[in-house]
Amino acid sequence: MKKILLSMLLVFPLAAFAAGGEKPCGTIDCDPFEPDLHDKASMQRGAKYFVNYCMGCHAMSFMRYERIATDLDIAQEVVQQNLNFAGGNVGSLMTIAAPAKVQKKWFGAAPPDLTLVARARGVEWVYTYLRNFYQDDSRPYGVNNRVFKDVGMPHVMLELQGMAKCAPGPVHAANGGIMRDPLTREEVLFDPVSGQPLNPCGRLTVEKQGKMTGEEFDTAIADLVNFLAYAGEPSALKRERMGVYALFFVSLFFVIAWLLNREYWKDVH
Amino acid sequence: MTSWLIGLRDWVDARLPIMRAWNTHMGQYYAPKNFNFWYFFGVLSLLVLVNQLLTGIWLTMSYTPTAEGAFASVEYIMRDVDYGWIIRYMHSTGASAFFAVVYLHMFRGLLYGSYKKPRELVWIFGMLIYLCLMAEGFMGYVLPWGQMSYWGAQVIVSLFGAIPVVGEDIVQWVRGDYLISGITLNRFFALHVVAIPLILVALVVLHLLALHEVGSNNPDGIEIKKNKDANGKPLDGIPFHPYYTVHDLVGIAVFLFVFCFILFFTPEMGGYFLEYANFEEANPLKTPAHIAPVWYYTPFYAMLRATTLELFGLPAKFWGFMIMAGAIAIMFVLPWLDRSPVKSWRYKGMLTRIALYTFAITFLVLGYLGAIPAGGYFMGKWLHHEVSWLENNDVAQYLTVVYFLFFLLMPVYTSIEKTKPEPQRVTMK
Repeated sequence: MKKILLSMLLVFPLAAFAAGGEKPCGTIDCDPFEPDLHDKASMQRGAKYFVNYCMGCHAMSFMRYERIATDLDIAQEVVQQNLNFAGGNVGSLMTIAAPAKVQKKWFGAAPPDLTLVARARGVEWVYTYLRNFYQDDSRPYGVNNRVFKDVGMPHVMLELQGMAKCAPGPVHAANGGIMRDPLTREEVLFDPVSGQPLNPCGRLTVEKQGKMTGEEFDTAIADLVNFLAYAGEPSALKRERMGVYALFFVSLFFVIAWLLNREYWKDVH
Repeated sequence: MTSWLIGLRDWVDARLPIMRAWNTHMGQYYAPKNFNFWYFFGVLSLLVLVNQLLTGIWLTMSYTPTAEGAFASVEYIMRDVDYGWIIRYMHSTGASAFFAVVYLHMFRGLLYGSYKKPRELVWIFGMLIYLCLMAEGFMGYVLPWGQMSYWGAQVIVSLFGAIPVVGEDIVQWVRGDYLISGITLNRFFALHVVAIPLILVALVVLHLLALHEVGSNNPDGIEIKKNKDANGKPLDGIPFHPYYTVHDLVGIAVFLFVFCFILFFTPEMGGYFLEYANFEEANPLKTPAHIAPVWYYTPFYAMLRATTLELFGLPAKFWGFMIMAGAIAIMFVLPWLDRSPVKSWRYKGMLTRIALYTFAITFLVLGYLGAIPAGGYFMGKWLHHEVSWLENNDVAQYLTVVYFLFFLLMPVYTSIEKTKPEPQRVTMK
């Protein structure tokens, strides 16, 4: 047992880099998010955010511009003018020019390819991650993240959201519920003796709003994650559509096979 | 047209005994008429094998077996190859389905004593198939070159390093490199698509030939060849074709419904058929927090991880490896461990009944323990209460012992228990 723990401790610095923290979304629980692959307008907006805010550093190397045009009902000319800034063929892959080696120098780690991030990390993780940057002057880019502690990524959507700051948040009591004052039923945020916040970064507050309100920003991120969910498996909708036919066909086959079997076995006792 | 076809058939038959082969294995192969639910899994294994071979061939047409190109080529299949995603999901779902039906097929053998005399060879060929399947599944899982492909291979291949003196050399020989690399990937590809499938198909042929020589067992575990009519046909037997071919079609339809449901609606199966971490490309510098094998290896992985014993100056990893290998090896001698005068658990005693239930539960719980991260407490959260009196690792250790006791005590409990009288003829219930 001790050996396992020791070996886990040894790989922990690497593991922390990958996941960090015990909760499903790093230091916090994930916010619920359900992608809607039928909402093409949302995914179109998501594609716009992606090329404008993410693709400066992150590639989507397994995706082609043409596929987005076809699947999301965008005219190829529109895609070429508004999404394909590199100016290559519409059938080309969504790669970026910045070499991984240089990026590693800039950020400490090369920004990962995002084609499959929604499948690898899960949509809720991505949705929560992008909404949990906060001011931290000890970090090279002035921000930290509650989902991915000490991430090398700057807050690229700062102009939209505005800078979020840590604020004391609620803590859990021994019974598992939120700790509340027994008289006022208000959440207990500070240690009654020392006056220190119990959970110093339990909440994020935006003092000076960016171009978007908090709600608008959440919607924008939802659009972006919706697009990422689509990009992770572009054939997902087609798959489910075909699945209905496949199951219908197999059911029909079952009935015929069952009747045939009954006919043959009628006289076997 | 018909007469022309018959003419062709007779022409071939005069030169190659196709009629005799058909009759031996289908038309006049007499199978007991009392097969139940458990007897679908043999034909289903065959169906999945064919599925894996065909989809595998088509995947090979677009796959690139290099460290630089493997991951991208799988995504190329998923996106740019017409219906490539369906071929890939058929293959990935098929891998899990293969183990599911094979486990049920093996458990059927346990229940009805299908491994007992005269079917020892059928069982041994079956075990060899299972062994090949494990190697095939392991190497196939490396090919997409995701994080779990890489680190799973790293963990399993490094197990050989626990062998004293020659261990590290063996590991290097298997990998062909100082670490898991494109060279390893390339040789695993060769083994996965050429070598092991060849052996697998040959073993399946032997499994069936041996079975058709001695005849199928049945839920009552009695030999139908003991009661024959005037023409020498077993009274309780029925020609495999057409009776069991149409019968199996019903089972195949049900299986395909489940298979298609997973394939089309939840191909990742909650991370159990396709692990989420495997959607990230292999990175030798980044160890995942939790390395878990695919579900079908987890019972054995749990035994490996639970072994903390250090004996004769050899590390726990070595003994874990030995226990894992032993857990599979002991199944080979099963036909000689069972001393019961009867075959089927229907007529064996209470001890066998308890042993079989315990074994099934043990195997499932070990599978669960092998899938979750090491450490922690068994059923740590139970009805909103924290449970912290039983460590997962302890449970895995107890169950590893139980697993072995099922086999090691078998000669005892099968010979001391009181059996029920077997019927003369098969029962149709």
